[in-house]
Amino acid sequence: MQATSTVLPHLKHAEHSEAPGGFWRTYVFSTDHKVIGIQYGLTALCFLLLGFFLILTMRWQIAHPGEPVPVVGWFLEKVLGSPASKGVMSPDLYNMFGAMHGTIMVFLAIVPLAVGAFGNYLIPLMIGANDMAFPRLNMMSYQLYFLGGVVMLASFLIPGGAAQAGWTSYSPLATVIPTDGQTFWLIGMILLITSSLLGSVNIITTIVQLRAPGMTWMRLPFFVWAQLVASFLLLLAFPPLEAAGILQLMDKVAGTSFFLPTGLAVGGATANISGGGSPLLWQHLFWFLAHPEVYVLILPALGIVAEILSNNIRKPLWGYRTMVYAVLTLGFLSFLVWAHHMYLTGMGTRISTFFQTTTIIISIPSVILLTCLLISLWGGSIRINTPMLFALAFLPMFGIGGLTGLPLGFAASDIQLHDTYYVIGHFHYVVAPGTIFALFAGIYYWFPKLTGRRMNEFWGRVHFWCSLLFMNAVFMPMFAQGFAGMLRRMSDGGLSYSTRVAPGVEGTLSDFILGLNNYILWAAVGLGLAQIPFIVNLFRSIWRGEPVRDDNPWQSTTLEWQTPTPPPHGNFLRPPSVHRWAYAYGPRADGTDYLPQSVPESALSGQATRS
Amino acid sequence: MEIAYTVQPRPDTGVYNAKLGMWLFLASEVMLFGGLFSAYVFLRMGAPPDTWPHGWLSVPLGTLNTLLLAASAVTTLLAWAACKARRFDRFKLHLGLTLILGTIFLGIKGYEYRDKWLHYEVQLKDGRIADGHLVRARTTAETVVLHGRYVADRRELLDGRRKHGPHEELVIPRDQIVRMQNYAPRHNTFMAIYFALTGLHGLHVLGGLVVFAYLWGPGSRLWHVDPEHFTNRVEVAGLFWHFVDLVWIFLFPVLYLT
Repeated sequence: MQATSTVLPHLKHAEHSEAPGGFWRTYVFSTDHKVIGIQYGLTALCFLLLGFFLILTMRWQIAHPGEPVPVVGWFLEKVLGSPASKGVMSPDLYNMFGAMHGTIMVFLAIVPLAVGAFGNYLIPLMIGANDMAFPRLNMMSYQLYFLGGVVMLASFLIPGGAAQAGWTSYSPLATVIPTDGQTFWLIGMILLITSSLLGSVNIITTIVQLRAPGMTWMRLPFFVWAQLVASFLLLLAFPPLEAAGILQLMDKVAGTSFFLPTGLAVGGATANISGGGSPLLWQHLFWFLAHPEVYVLILPALGIVAEILSNNIRKPLWGYRTMVYAVLTLGFLSFLVWAHHMYLTGMGTRISTFFQTTTIIISIPSVILLTCLLISLWGGSIRINTPMLFALAFLPMFGIGGLTGLPLGFAASDIQLHDTYYVIGHFHYVVAPGTIFALFAGIYYWFPKLTGRRMNEFWGRVHFWCSLLFMNAVFMPMFAQGFAGMLRRMSDGGLSYSTRVAPGVEGTLSDFILGLNNYILWAAVGLGLAQIPFIVNLFRSIWRGEPVRDDNPWQSTTLEWQTPTPPPHGNFLRPPSVHRWAYAYGPRADGTDYLPQSVPESALSGQATRS
Repeated sequence: MEIAYTVQPRPDTGVYNAKLGMWLFLASEVMLFGGLFSAYVFLRMGAPPDTWPHGWLSVPLGTLNTLLLAASAVTTLLAWAACKARRFDRFKLHLGLTLILGTIFLGIKGYEYRDKWLHYEVQLKDGRIADGHLVRARTTAETVVLHGRYVADRRELLDGRRKHGPHEELVIPRDQIVRMQNYAPRHNTFMAIYFALTGLHGLHVLGGLVVFAYLWGPGSRLWHVDPEHFTNRVEVAGLFWHFVDLVWIFLFPVLYLT
């Protein structure tokens, strides 16, 4: 046991101090931020798996258009009926799965995992609070999120199936598709938006109001800063999409024409609408949310990586203050770049110029953040373990994702790359081997705090190396496909535009480019298989993992490790006070290499004399 | 387990939790209505010439509603001040007045909605357009009866500010009708954004009134247990109400006066 550890080894403590109440009050309708965090986490992981399953079946259809989906084809037909007759994925079903893959991954998996689960569980612990500022509101956010998820899932089963217009739901397409899927999508989105709105109010209030004595702003762990900025983005960027959602719902249900232009023809006939609306308006309102949303996906991940990195290099983060200012700048600038998704809409070169400028400016704080993390490694005594491996891999993966975004930020190069697989490769590098790796790192890292046991290290490394390999095998070829001009959202994977169908025609997709589809399919299958060790490890370790002997198994400085394991309702045995910043790592006179935030200077001198 | 700063303000931030939470919520509300107002600007700027209507809404009614909400802002403030002064009877009086004013506002809004719902534009086979309010009592299976006027061109209907001919009872045989549509949201983008903006605002008014009714009625039991906590609740609900008033201050000129 470390000499500076202030914690008491009493793993069973939690059972005595758990709030009274039966199963329902403790696990389902709990107001404890930790239980809610775990609820968010488990639900979001299920949605992550579902989103992956959707794309896996789509990858089959892309590589083998018109062939029955193996293994699960009969199941799809049984559940979804005619769109999957004979187990073959129809173009309609492909569109549904495509739209829902994006929606589920962004709004039901990553954000709830990054902000809902990690934010909820860790923020009060890290700032030394006994719960969130509004516990009942917290419970309600989770319930609204769950309800939104149920509405989204239910939309698969209604006649006509789920939304088909992509996760971006561009009007007029989204409005004129005659099925009810889009209506369900909009209602689901309004629930999810309300949920994250309440969640972000709660997180910000908690960080501002409930910091322990001595926890000044510049002593906050970087993770908390990242969550604070992400919450502000959710708070301010989501409402315009809610407004847009209400307007599109009115277009769909009340027959208005907010996004429907005059003279719109559907299926060859002029639509019976008043017209006068603007399709561009939807795109503006949508991307005003959806670009800050990208930073909501990435900032908590950066926070997680910063914590794990600093813990495992055993030295302070390099440029903590710079990182804080960079993340604040990033948050502000993210509201000024949305229309770089819209260069090809004909909104005008002046507007394009403005957004190209802001887009290139925003890369500065992003590069600062990544560079600070990278330089932090210099001169560290690096410990390699599963969380650290994932955190380390995050740096180059997110780097690739970020740098491949530059050509998309310039209108001239975007003309070639817009809506191709290059874009898919770019943002998946940011979110999949970027954010999801950081989330994995976080799960492996904080698992001992939740359960008192470690996850298996060997299977953790198997999970890491296989995931890293297959992630790159899936997404790297997409850059080549995109350069060749292969468009996203094509249910035959580009076959109709290939030399196989139209030999000798200029500009068609070559056999090699098309053949990459099959290769990506098997890499995706491999990626799926690589998650099995993780899933088994996660659940097995809850009961059978190696028990930790200490409340602070990673020898960390931050407050969440100064609680009993797992933390009881109310978190801390004694109200903590904070005496220094979060990164007091490095060799010390008493032989340890870290100093927890909560250890007062007076206790320190006592120890110095003892050693 | 006690959450800190639920009643007392935190010394270094100067606010209690719920007050900060409400300010944050209002920031998001600004963005929500901001999105809708931008939609209004976008649609109006993009509207082709001679398509955007003026003066379709009753300025006297709008003015009356503005005054009602302004007065309710004052009574809300007085209710909170009464709490601060520990005068429970005055609180009941002023919050009761707020409830009444808000309810009258919604009543007038409802009357305006009904007026638009019964207002029809009827395209006739001879090219003329009949425009007026449906006389329900006299409308039958064969004829539609409107109280209004005939115009030759749809554009004549666009400017409601100008004086136009007298309204009379129009008896229209149903077989002469090409298209008949009331002034519902689907009528044109102005009506659409009018209903979207005022509808969402109306829901906010309703929400505020429900909270006030709770604080006036069953919620006021807290007064006898913890008057300071109760005063905070009145203050936070009041903040929301002032925001709702403020939105109307923008809605009134944007929709009624231009």
